[in-house]
Amino acid sequence: MAALRCFLRSGKGAVSVLLRRELHATAPASAQVMVRDALNQAMDEELERDERVFLLGEEVAQYDGAYKVSRGLWKKYGDKRIIDTPITEVMCDSVLAPPPQAGLRPICEFMTFNFSMQAIDQVINSAAKTYYMSAGLQPVPIVFRGPNGASAGVAAQHSQCFAAWYGHCPGLKVISPWSAEDCKGLLKSAIRDDNPVVFLENELMYGVPFEMSEEAQSKDFTIPIGKAKIERPGSHITLVSHSRFVGHCLDAAAVLAKEGIECEVINLRTIRPLDVECIEGSVMKTNHLVTVEGGWPQFGVGAEICARIMEGPAFNYLDAPAVRVTGVDIPMPYAKILEDNSIPQIKDIIFSVKKTLNV
Amino acid sequence: MCIWSIYQWIMCDMLADFGCNLISSSGAAVVMSARTYADFTTQASFEIKKCDVHKLDDAPATEVVLTREEGLQYYRIMQTMRRMELKADQLYKQKIIRGFCHLYDGQEACAVGIEAGINLTDHLITAYRAHGYTYTRGGTVKEIMAELTGRRGGIAKGKGGSMHMYTKNFYGGNGIVGAQVPLGAGVALACKYQERNELCVCLYGDGAANQGQIFETYNMAALWKLPVIFICENNKYGMGTSVERAAASTDYFKRGDFIPGLRVDGMDVLCVREATRFAADHCRSGKGPILMELQTYRYHGHSMSDPGVSYRTREEIQEVRSKSDPISMLKDRMLSNNMASVEELKEIDVEVRKEIEDAAQFATTDPEPPLDDLCNHIFSNEPPLEVRGTNPWTKLKSVS
Repeated sequence: MAALRCFLRSGKGAVSVLLRRELHATAPASAQVMVRDALNQAMDEELERDERVFLLGEEVAQYDGAYKVSRGLWKKYGDKRIIDTPITEVMCDSVLAPPPQAGLRPICEFMTFNFSMQAIDQVINSAAKTYYMSAGLQPVPIVFRGPNGASAGVAAQHSQCFAAWYGHCPGLKVISPWSAEDCKGLLKSAIRDDNPVVFLENELMYGVPFEMSEEAQSKDFTIPIGKAKIERPGSHITLVSHSRFVGHCLDAAAVLAKEGIECEVINLRTIRPLDVECIEGSVMKTNHLVTVEGGWPQFGVGAEICARIMEGPAFNYLDAPAVRVTGVDIPMPYAKILEDNSIPQIKDIIFSVKKTLNV
Repeated sequence: MCIWSIYQWIMCDMLADFGCNLISSSGAAVVMSARTYADFTTQASFEIKKCDVHKLDDAPATEVVLTREEGLQYYRIMQTMRRMELKADQLYKQKIIRGFCHLYDGQEACAVGIEAGINLTDHLITAYRAHGYTYTRGGTVKEIMAELTGRRGGIAKGKGGSMHMYTKNFYGGNGIVGAQVPLGAGVALACKYQERNELCVCLYGDGAANQGQIFETYNMAALWKLPVIFICENNKYGMGTSVERAAASTDYFKRGDFIPGLRVDGMDVLCVREATRFAADHCRSGKGPILMELQTYRYHGHSMSDPGVSYRTREEIQEVRSKSDPISMLKDRMLSNNMASVEELKEIDVEVRKEIEDAAQFATTDPEPPLDDLCNHIFSNEPPLEVRGTNPWTKLKSVS
């Protein structure tokens, strides 16, 4: 069922891509690339580019990755560069924290970010804070990556979104990509960055294809960390989101466009540092703001965005209070009907937009 | 005049000719030292305690050689560490040092013996009782003390404090109990990956030995044959809890199970050195990790906020001080084997005292870090960025 939904969504994505093709000239030799393959390409290119880069995690080597993101890499690079670990998150994560200080550039895969809680002390206390505590002596160029947030039917312990948890901590960069282009460009930037980066992927997005331009397919294509992207320009209201829900926002925008409401959809791309300027610029144009995320409401990404807008110049441009669309404030249930109603649906976004615009 | 003085007088007389020969060939300054120190033994052999072993066919040597030079060096370093920690105690009581301060006095033989058994190009990581290691790994007393007092001249520019000191190939100074152990294995992984013939010494205490992450680390280090020496500094107390009350098995050197282990007298610098050499050879020959338990003792409490006498008796502390003090042990060995004179060692004491006084002077007068430095060093190799202050109108600057 989830696969069917994915297919339908990708179908919608493909349709909207086709529509855009008719309206705008597209560069030749662009291709449909799945998110999983974009991530694979990014890692492959960076492994080739720099001897010091290596990948470590559970099932990343001989199993080709629990979600097949690292497929083919072990065959190509061997045991030294692609390392299978026992099921020890703490060890995986912390084994990687000093190699950066000792000269290496590791990529640590968490099978899901839920398991990163086992090792979160090392991510925060050994990775994020070390450059500061050592007053610049010990940089930590490490990437922690893996799927984050809700999947389909995996229940409470495997469905949490960690964007707010990691986004809270100075010393970390936190990325939450949406499209294949986002994933490739940002993962390459993350690997090349000399600082600890938490890279929050999404399991339900792995199989979704996106069009990638020829430029995006090149070996040197990177996207700067800390810059949001306006996926769809609009004039009536700003929708800000990250990861999978960017797609939901675009779908809601398509429906609302038929009723004459033009939504500007912003894909945050990076949670920390947050591109507040992009959001402010948009709000100053549209005068309305709705944030959309899969995580829980309290102390979340949307809460931070609203606080920042209030503290900045854009507040005076708001014609209505900024509003958050979030996951329901409960542990994720298992039964499909309950799960579906625990995360934002397109109808929830449409409802919130209309309430904000008072239509 | 005591026998010892008569003996020295006779020796000096006998060697006067020798001294005279030196005058004619080498000049006045050399003559002074030759005449004063010519009668010392250049090296001597010592019997040291045998180590208990776990899953090992051989053990470190029990007869070792100490040269006069080495002896004087170890003495000076241990004395410097001792005096540095005692000065820190003083400054803490004067409230010039604040927060956490975990002192190392009593355990000097461990740090010095370990460093004597490895190279500066090897790597080392430890927990929060780190001042001694910061010194043996290349930090200066001045930098260490200024870090304790939170000044800009501190080894981490005042931003780390007692528990977060770093130098080349020394990864701290880690505050979270046990967290440094997986990190140490990670450093060893880097050594192996980069094919440098280096190893990592990874230290933890008897309290940390019960942490789960240490067992995860044992598994992976053994599985991947990482060049890491795990060292448990067993000072008998994890904060206020004695080892008997905390551990189902106090044979910490056996805790690695499939990892071979050694139990070493951590109060004897020669024992520690010999065992470390043995362990380093084991690692460098590609056999994988090895575990050492150093049986040692701390005179101070767990930290400066712990008087250290509610869970152990003053008599116990006194007994260790009088019978097993590492500095006294080395001093006795050198004196009774004519490797140094009382005056010479006193001279070293005076020099050390001066160094510590100067460092303390620096540490109390150096200014605190500038407020401009508050937000720096968040990211490495990054263009300057803005950091929110305590209120929305305060925007601070951060540079790498």
